Amino acid sequence: MSTQSTANTLARQHTVVAWLEDKPGVLNRVVGLFRRRNFNIESLTVGPSETPGISRLTFVVDGDDHMVDQAVKQLYKLVNVTKVENITHKPAIKREMALVRVKVDSSTRSEVMQLVDIYRARIVDVSMDSVVVQAVGRQEQIDSLLELLSNYPLLEMVRTGVVAMTRGLVGRNGNGKHKRRAAL
Amino acid sequence: MKMTGAQIVWEAMLREQVKVVFGMPGGANLPIYDALTQYPQIHHVLVRHEQGASHMADGYARVSDEVGVCLVTSGPAATNLVTGLATAMMDSVPMVAITGQVPTSLLGNDAFQETDVTGVTQPVTKHNYLVTDVRELAQVMKEAFHIARTGRPGPVLIDICKDVQNDSTDFVYPEEVTLAGFSPWQGLDEQALGQAVTLIEQAQRPLIIAGHGVQMAHATEQLRKFAEKTEIPMAMTLLGLGNVPETHPLSLGMCGMHGEAHANLAIQECDLLIGVGMRFDDRVTGKLDEFAPKAQIIHLEMDAAEVGKNVHPDVALIADAKDSLQALAAAVPSGRHEAWMAQIQQWRADGEERDILRAEVEELIPPYVMRQLWHATGGDAIIVTDVGQHQMWEAQYYLHQHPHQLLTSGGLGTMGYALPAAIGAQMAAPNMPVWVVAGDGGFQMTLQELGTLAQEKLPIKIAIINNGFLGMVRQWQQLFYGRRYSGTPMLSPDFVQLAAAYDIAGRTVTHKEEVTEALQQAQDHPGPFLLEFRVKEEVNVYPMVAPGANVGELLRRPTIVQGPSGVTPAW
Ligand SMILES: Cc1ncc(C[n+]2csc(CCOP(=O)(O)OP(=O)(O)O)c2C)c(N)n1
Repeated sequence: MSTQSTANTLARQHTVVAWLEDKPGVLNRVVGLFRRRNFNIESLTVGPSETPGISRLTFVVDGDDHMVDQAVKQLYKLVNVTKVENITHKPAIKREMALVRVKVDSSTRSEVMQLVDIYRARIVDVSMDSVVVQAVGRQEQIDSLLELLSNYPLLEMVRTGVVAMTRGLVGRNGNGKHKRRAAL
Repeated sequence: MKMTGAQIVWEAMLREQVKVVFGMPGGANLPIYDALTQYPQIHHVLVRHEQGASHMADGYARVSDEVGVCLVTSGPAATNLVTGLATAMMDSVPMVAITGQVPTSLLGNDAFQETDVTGVTQPVTKHNYLVTDVRELAQVMKEAFHIARTGRPGPVLIDICKDVQNDSTDFVYPEEVTLAGFSPWQGLDEQALGQAVTLIEQAQRPLIIAGHGVQMAHATEQLRKFAEKTEIPMAMTLLGLGNVPETHPLSLGMCGMHGEAHANLAIQECDLLIGVGMRFDDRVTGKLDEFAPKAQIIHLEMDAAEVGKNVHPDVALIADAKDSLQALAAAVPSGRHEAWMAQIQQWRADGEERDILRAEVEELIPPYVMRQLWHATGGDAIIVTDVGQHQMWEAQYYLHQHPHQLLTSGGLGTMGYALPAAIGAQMAAPNMPVWVVAGDGGFQMTLQELGTLAQEKLPIKIAIINNGFLGMVRQWQQLFYGRRYSGTPMLSPDFVQLAAAYDIAGRTVTHKEEVTEALQQAQDHPGPFLLEFRVKEEVNVYPMVAPGANVGELLRRPTIVQGPSGVTPAW
């Protein structure tokens, strides 16, 4: 994931979902498309989908609409990509998970636990001087929890990146078949 | 039946109707070469450098309309293919490249002659495969040929580990290919078609720009019929030359950076631009913001990713050019555009006035050689050009009439393309006259393939336009870098002697008066023949759209100046 060098006034975050054949090298092909165009990939998650042999990838990239549309069309052309959907402008559920190790002592432990409660997060590991918080939610919620936790201080952090699914039946064939619109 | 991987490679090729393979053996593809001895039906052409193999497969594919095949070993041999793959990728040429790879157990080990070939070639292939299990090989071969020729064609590479070549399995060649992520879509959008028809009906000054896609789709007939019915003039991209005979009254010749002035002016003045099987490359559009400023745009293109990439069309028909042109021709009423055609004719007449061939130039200049070549060959030869000034002069002064009559590296601009691609072309069309037109610079990039040409006894004719410089770069230095010729003067060998070393006949031409006769001599000679034209050095290609300018702001051909010794152009 390269650093974005082109300052673009129209740049914004796009969320794109792609379905790929689960084979060696396929992820590399997808990432290569973005690398070539000097996109910065903000986050990328990949895992199994409901169809055996097909992985589902969600990625968030910065770029103007035209650039991202272009990249999506190029993605369609990859032989191992079965479907692509730019869900930026669609109603969608977007979630992310974070694990955060926070330094605590007897005086701050209860404060941290309160925050965790408010954010509907959970403590999943406790030791003498630290706790591990597991938070699931929208990106902004996690951002804001992290900001608060960083006061304690925060020792270690990992985020999964966004996974997304459109609401209702928008954009998805109900029968789980992957059909491509217009591509080669 | 049990077969080794190496045999499967050849069995698959037989089923894909492969007749010729261009290649070179080495450690990692020895089993495949050993198995070749069992397949005398397939002719192997031994190349002198793997880049040559890739361009030969490319030239073969363009002329035969079949998939071109090359076969090389691992490591340096595979990396030598990269230029040819990139060339084929840019020009949408169907090709399958087979590379040997180190044994599966050594993958990733930096073993002798190991290169991550699928990694290296990923951006320059339509698709590629690394085969590590012999049971997958037949399927991969089938898929590779399918992908290479289906939809928008392109090169596919198969990297086969050496142990896979030796392993055996039951051979069954799949009848069909089902690829989850690959189903070129061909339906026509009726609504878009209707909108296109309306735009065409309303247009006063319509123009077609036709590209390589027309030839790939075998749609030249459909293009001509559509244009004739609607009386819409046609400009061609470099790779679109030959879409219709250039002598056709509606043909405007080439447009773009070195396009004819009347074609480029038509682009800037038209009110409707129909791009067919082309991708609005920057060499065609010039300054994009000022391209065709008065026009609405219809884009007929089969690759959806090309639509809206550079130019945003008002209407797009994403389909094979044959289907879309046929549908359009059926749906539009006949039309006439007399005033528009008269305007274009006026521009054209002005261009012809300035034509360097009208001047009584006594020196040997390349445009003259190109026009004489056209005369000598009756306009019917396959011409394979290299890259540079000669390439543009050929495009301007040879009047092409057939699809894939001109073979040239349009998208990548690969110097060294001509000689090997011509070898492929001649293998595909043994009875056609094939001419190489190359510069002194580019010819020296792949001239070792003279050895291949001689070994295959091909009657290819070669015209080297020797101007003592890397001419096209020199032209830019003259025009944009104060005539500082940095790194462009070039010393060349005596090309005729060089040819003689390969037992190829040749002749040096230094005077204008000799040209016709020398061309005739080359043609009459039964075998290959090399002509070295020692041309005037500092001649420029005009018209020219300077980089960053719009295509209407041309550096025109200089007007012809009357001098004491007759008419001479101001260079
Ligand atoms: C492989 C490669 N290297 C460099 C270039 C850049 N280049 C474009 S045209 C040109 C000069 C070609 O000179 P020559 O072959 O003598 O042909 P001329 O232009 O003189 O007709 C060069 C160096 C290129 N296109 N391809």
